[in-house]
Amino acid sequence: MKKVLQKAYLALILIFLYAPILTLMVLSFNASKSRAKWGGFTLRWYQEMFDSSTIMDALYNSLSIALFAAIIATLIGVLACIGIQAMGKGPRAICMTLNNIPILNAEIVTGLSLMICFGAFGISLGYGTILVSHVAFCIPYVILSVMPRLKTTSSAAYEAAMDLGAPPIQAFFRVVLPDLMPGILSGFLLAFTMSLDDFVISYFTRGRGINTLSTLVYTQVRRGIVPTMYALSTVIFLAVLLFLLAQNFLPQQLEKLSRRHHARRAHE
Amino acid sequence: MKRRMTALLLAALMVLALAGCGGGNSGSEEVVYVYNWGEYIDESVIPQFEEETGIKVVYDTFETNEAMYPIIEQGQAVYDVVCPSDYMIQKMIANDLLAEINFDNIPNLQYIGQAYMDASQGFDPENKYSVPYTWGTVGILYNTTMVDEPITSWSVLWDEKYSGEILMQKSVRDAFAVALAYQGHSINSTNQDEILAARDLLIEQKPLVQAYVIDQVRDKMIGNEAAIGVIYSGEYLYCKEENPDLAYVVPEEGSCLWFDSWVIPKNAENKENAEKFIDFLCRPDIALKNFEYITYATANTGAMEQIDEETLNDVGIFADQETMDRCEVFTWLGEETEAFYNECWTQVLAE
Repeated sequence: MKKVLQKAYLALILIFLYAPILTLMVLSFNASKSRAKWGGFTLRWYQEMFDSSTIMDALYNSLSIALFAAIIATLIGVLACIGIQAMGKGPRAICMTLNNIPILNAEIVTGLSLMICFGAFGISLGYGTILVSHVAFCIPYVILSVMPRLKTTSSAAYEAAMDLGAPPIQAFFRVVLPDLMPGILSGFLLAFTMSLDDFVISYFTRGRGINTLSTLVYTQVRRGIVPTMYALSTVIFLAVLLFLLAQNFLPQQLEKLSRRHHARRAHE
Repeated sequence: MKRRMTALLLAALMVLALAGCGGGNSGSEEVVYVYNWGEYIDESVIPQFEEETGIKVVYDTFETNEAMYPIIEQGQAVYDVVCPSDYMIQKMIANDLLAEINFDNIPNLQYIGQAYMDASQGFDPENKYSVPYTWGTVGILYNTTMVDEPITSWSVLWDEKYSGEILMQKSVRDAFAVALAYQGHSINSTNQDEILAARDLLIEQKPLVQAYVIDQVRDKMIGNEAAIGVIYSGEYLYCKEENPDLAYVVPEEGSCLWFDSWVIPKNAENKENAEKFIDFLCRPDIALKNFEYITYATANTGAMEQIDEETLNDVGIFADQETMDRCEVFTWLGEETEAFYNECWTQVLAE
């Protein structure tokens, strides 16, 4: 009995989480434009989605901004972490508090102040300003996910590498960085998704002629969301699903391969 | 100290570099910056315009008049052609944000019906700033299988019989227009007593209302989820195609006649290209394409000639002169009255 209840509870939660996405996926194949009526199966919306330059541009902007913002934020974030770690106790605490403020700050305040700031410096809004803003709000998240990792590694390994004759740069790349890699990777992925998700900050810092997916969907409010958006969401959802599956299974496969490789080398 | 100086210098350099990036206006290529409602054009006409004129179109969309206004006003993003609604055009004229259009560059204006130019004078008194794009009325969409009698009056929205079957527009001016028209007042009333009475009427109606919505009126009506909904006439054609039981009526007390028209902001950088773009949209074949895509009535008589009789004679889609005479165009009421309306609307929603 207890087991059945457990299973039912789990099923309920899964339904709750995935029913909306499933509805959207089904509607993306609906020949009727209205969500209230099933007009038969069609691939028309997928066709229209790939034909629409507006949607494709927005998709490209969203993905490229997320990628670049994540890369740049990760670079800056990792360097910042190493710097912060090397500080004395007091300055370190101050830095970490300063780092947390943008995270706790309401997004709309960040977006608005960025917009005003760009305006004050006479920078016209566009792709560049969205990218810079995304880098700015992603950095704290990278620092937050790399910092704990850095705290668990001791500086002894780094010093040992130097003792053994490695120049600092080499010691950093061969000893410190591999140690931090899991933190860096999760920081990067976090930054990527935060940037891809963002609406408010993009909305305030975008200029003319540029849309991300979220701002594009928003402007369709008056006429109702078009089913091409359902199609797009379905594609994105499936892509993310594949990405997650790969992320979960690939490392295991790779590890198996490398173990075999090592075994063979040992054998020889 | 030296290090600090370097850091400062670096920071300054970065800011300069950023400013440089933003400031550069690339090349001498002809462009036109267009700012329109979302889903308010057949997108295939944009590449067609680019091909025919060699002018590149940078196309952007907005979601409400109120979101568009500050962007034009503050000049953060400069557009050459914008498509606001009636009362917003009046507000932009009043605040000196619009440029007079040089109609010599728009020969296709001949296709815009005189009746629509005349009606536009409600917000653009001398027809100097705007070219009508789409137009229509606000009325009642109802399901003929779910109501007992043909609907002719706003009074059905207060009929207890339809409790839980009524959909209202979730926007200040539209909701108040319904209540004001029902009481026989102007939908542009600035009389506080009339506005307060309209507020009380809306509060009284609230228990009967299923939901206050914007674009969901369509889907709910198509899906037979409600019997009566207040809606823009432009949506009627699409709703009727999806659900033939639906009918649309402009109540006898009168209603709102609305226009979305093209204007050129004062700070436009490519005014002549903007005029070329407007002229292009006034071409009958382009206007027809846009009408078929957005289903909102076109103001283009050339396009109307190619629309089938049945659609053209449906007063729900193309209101006739008699209906237009019953209706009023929204006008801008000034900051103070606008604030008063908003305050009353908040009270309705909060009640």
